[in-house]
Amino acid sequence: MSAVAKRAVSEGPAVDFDVERIRKDFPILDLTVNGKPLAYLDNAASAQMPKPVIDRLIGYQTREHANIHRAVHYLSETATAAYEGARGKVQRFLNAREEREIIYTRGTTDAINLVMHGYGRKFLGEGDEIVVSQLEHHSNIVPWQMLCGEKGCKLRVIPCNDRGELLLDEYVRLFNERTKFVALTHVSNALGTVNPVKEMIATAHAHGVPVLIDGAQAAPHLAVDVQDLDCDFYCFSAHKLCGPTGIGALYGKASLLEKMQPYQGGGDMILSVSFDKTIYQVIPYKFEAGTPPIAAAIGMGAALDYLSEIGMANIAAWEHQLLDYATQLFEAMKGVRIIGTAAQKAAVLSFEVAGVHPHDVGTVLNEEGVAVRTGHHCAQPVMQRFRIPATTRASFAFYNTMGEVDQLVAGVERVQKMFC
Amino acid sequence: MDSKQLYQEVILDHNRKPRNWGTIEDASHRAEGLNPLCGDHIWISLRVADDKIDNVAFEGQSCAICKASASMMTANVKGKSVAEAEELIREFREMATGRLDVATQPNHLGRLRVFAGVKDLPSRVKCAILPWHTLHAAFNCQASTSTEGDEDPFVGAAS
Repeated sequence: MSAVAKRAVSEGPAVDFDVERIRKDFPILDLTVNGKPLAYLDNAASAQMPKPVIDRLIGYQTREHANIHRAVHYLSETATAAYEGARGKVQRFLNAREEREIIYTRGTTDAINLVMHGYGRKFLGEGDEIVVSQLEHHSNIVPWQMLCGEKGCKLRVIPCNDRGELLLDEYVRLFNERTKFVALTHVSNALGTVNPVKEMIATAHAHGVPVLIDGAQAAPHLAVDVQDLDCDFYCFSAHKLCGPTGIGALYGKASLLEKMQPYQGGGDMILSVSFDKTIYQVIPYKFEAGTPPIAAAIGMGAALDYLSEIGMANIAAWEHQLLDYATQLFEAMKGVRIIGTAAQKAAVLSFEVAGVHPHDVGTVLNEEGVAVRTGHHCAQPVMQRFRIPATTRASFAFYNTMGEVDQLVAGVERVQKMFC
Repeated sequence: MDSKQLYQEVILDHNRKPRNWGTIEDASHRAEGLNPLCGDHIWISLRVADDKIDNVAFEGQSCAICKASASMMTANVKGKSVAEAEELIREFREMATGRLDVATQPNHLGRLRVFAGVKDLPSRVKCAILPWHTLHAAFNCQASTSTEGDEDPFVGAAS
């Protein structure tokens, strides 16, 4: 580990963080790409999976698989216990009051659509206003626009400043008697801004308005406590938390979930069905129609166990060190501009190289073994706010090293040499 | 295939100093091309007289691959007939999508063969093809084209 890696963190607990030991858990990190060691810096898009999670998936498929909630036989009981056990792990990960407040979804997008359908379609009507922020991912914009189109609701947008921080005074002014819902990202995927959601939730609640928090980027990077935040809904995707794709979770306060209409109809979400009348299951099952991705849910539970063992505070502290180091180096480079310089940031570094399109930056970095994301990051309103078509984004996870930051910087220097 | 092979000096040079940059006031054909996924956005104007392209220009904002492709395209089609240019468009598209092996199959691409390597970088194929899409749209009096959706003149053929 470099000397920089060992320097004390300015915030969070002092870390004796053995990143090399952690890296041994991730087989994919041993890859070489174009003859160079892989530096995987696209974690905000999807994180890699450690051996314990891979092994859990194999173990489940090898010894435990059957359909859940159905049969009385051994395998079905085993699978059901593992699947429901993972729900408990999600509950503890988010510090929810009860397990029944955790609904399995396909991911964050699916969770937001569930709330739009289950709550929005039932309780919002013409002229009602939905507040979102300038920093949202498309997945927390488009479902609400669909609702607006259908119901005649109106979308109101919280603006941000040039650092990528939401303007809280403007936020407070958006509220009026027509404000019926707030949908807000915890951490911006494009810029890394950590929004002061606890304070913003309190503001909404003072106006009697429920709040959904998109935790897709926050859950992998900081300890989330839904009771402390007092959010009404919180959602995340497992694949950004070292788990499988195709699974995620929605937390909702039980009192709200009970009032909501089901998202999809089908098997497993009913108590009884006849052609005259169908009686729905209680929560959370009311929202879980059909055979779910059982293995993925169990894998998500294993991923949360893995992260909890390392400790979210330790993860956050190490990622802050990576971000601080990368930010220092980028600020010292000529012709490079960091987009998103909020005081509170997760480990996301979006940047522009003067005179070079992000796609050229990304292709050349790939040649150096560095995996970054280029483009609009499914956050075109953020790009419009900063009047740029796209950025290059490096996003760090707890298994990244200071050496990989150096590899990124060397790659960007090569880009500059090639194009300027 | 790696980017060292893709970003050859000729491409970097056309990116730094694009040829035929700008717009033609008395153009007979114009079109706008957009790659909404990455933000490449170019405008092409040209003048066709007696079935010869006697002037052609482009401008816009794009990545190096798109800009160099547009620059080299304009240099190549100037003086050619529309039919000859359409044949080049077809060959370039076939090359970029890996259906024309420029080393073994006859073609008129000449120096444009530096873009052959883009076929191994699927996310960049559209960057290279956009100017050619746009030129095709201009010939067909189509005001705008896109690499996505219904406006794509090669939809179903070039992906």
